[in-house]
Amino acid sequence: MKDPRPGDVLPPLEIPVTRTLIVAGALASRDYQDVHHDAELAKEKGSPDIFMNILTTNGLVGRYVTDHFGPAAVLRNVKIRLGAPNYPGDTMVLTGAVAEVEGATARIDVVGTNGIGKHVTGTVTVSLPEGADA
Amino acid sequence: MSGTRERDARADGAAGAGVPAEQALLLGELKAYEGRAAAEAGQGKDPVNEPMIRHWCEALGDTNPAYTGPEAIAPPTMLQAWTMGGLSGHSARSAAYEELFALLDGAGFTSVVATDCEQEYLRPLRPGDAITFDAVIESVSGQKTTKLGTGHFVTTRMDVQSNGEPAGTHRFRILKYAPARREPKPEQKQKQKSKGQRPRPVINRDNAGFWAGVDRHQLLIQRCTACRTLRFPWLPGCNACGSDQWDTVEASGEGTVYSYVVMHHPPFPAFDPPYAVGLVELAEGVRMISNVVGVAPDEVRIGMPVRAEFRQVDAELVLPVFRPTTAVSDALSGAGRTADVGSATEAGGVA
Repeated sequence: MKDPRPGDVLPPLEIPVTRTLIVAGALASRDYQDVHHDAELAKEKGSPDIFMNILTTNGLVGRYVTDHFGPAAVLRNVKIRLGAPNYPGDTMVLTGAVAEVEGATARIDVVGTNGIGKHVTGTVTVSLPEGADA
Repeated sequence: MSGTRERDARADGAAGAGVPAEQALLLGELKAYEGRAAAEAGQGKDPVNEPMIRHWCEALGDTNPAYTGPEAIAPPTMLQAWTMGGLSGHSARSAAYEELFALLDGAGFTSVVATDCEQEYLRPLRPGDAITFDAVIESVSGQKTTKLGTGHFVTTRMDVQSNGEPAGTHRFRILKYAPARREPKPEQKQKQKSKGQRPRPVINRDNAGFWAGVDRHQLLIQRCTACRTLRFPWLPGCNACGSDQWDTVEASGEGTVYSYVVMHHPPFPAFDPPYAVGLVELAEGVRMISNVVGVAPDEVRIGMPVRAEFRQVDAELVLPVFRPTTAVSDALSGAGRTADVGSATEAGGVA
């Protein structure tokens, strides 16, 4: 892989937001909040259905960047803000672009868009070992 | 319930100028928790371990080889997962944190949603690492109104150690809120409103006499008092001589279908397609548009003799409609002119 340069665009990653992904992500992150696995209780709390928890979104944003830069890339910082919830049946498309490069460290802007709007906006800082061509 | 009243008062205050005393009082109480510990000397329930790493990678579809094998590290974004209480709860949670949440719950802000997460990773975590953590309440916001509802943002910062060494920081923001009442969707409202209401005629000073007649079950035709020409629909002046002087004659109600259309599509509220719209030539010579009833729409024919009758559509609306006066089969031979949408629509009428 070539050294990243500001403005480089990462190929989009489509994530089908299945009920299984939402529940499996919540349990793998040890998050037992009912709104992430129990549709009836989620509705009682004013949500139309269960929705993805922030830890899963955080993990997917990290995965998006390391999928692109390869196993030698090291995540330094992941900063995200949530917007439109990820409900079952939706699809989230992650897109990203290199915002800044300093030495072997790159800052990537990431946006995850679903059928309702922007689910997540964030920045990921990643270290890329010198000459670590994939 | 006084709780509800207090919440409403605060919500009103947020929209207007100034902050009500109750709201300011609550905010003062909330702000007192800033800087206090949220968790003290917390211990991860499990050390970093391969099974949890694998479950995470399976759930998220992460196939990064860095997370498997003898040199495996944990996905850095799992940082918070190692600190979660799970179903058995958070033993390290501070009394201050519990009090803050109880205060917000008591004020009606019972729901919680995570909005922001900011993690910094200082060293990789590997299977066997023991996790400890401390957390502080960084800030509690003033009352904010969001799409979800009204509430307060609470930001905490957690410092995570592995084997006693700093491993990362985790800043987390949640909204504690009172859910907004969900309005029915616009299309649902539309459905409820439009059910069954037949459109009202537009009544003005030029045609008010006609509709007053219909209410009395009289079909009134305008007649020019200067040249005796009959006219329909009602107009301010005579088409033949231009005179604005007129009186009325009551129609006998007898007529024939001059032309017609059968409406199949599009459906309109209060109409049940298919239905026949006829241009009826009255015995007096003028034509008017209305429904042809008492006969299947596909059996209406040009030349079919009809008679006016008055139908009470709903509590406020009476409409003149036309019904065939002879057996349907008798009229079939009378078919002459071609049914023409244009002729029916240009006249405008009550259909």
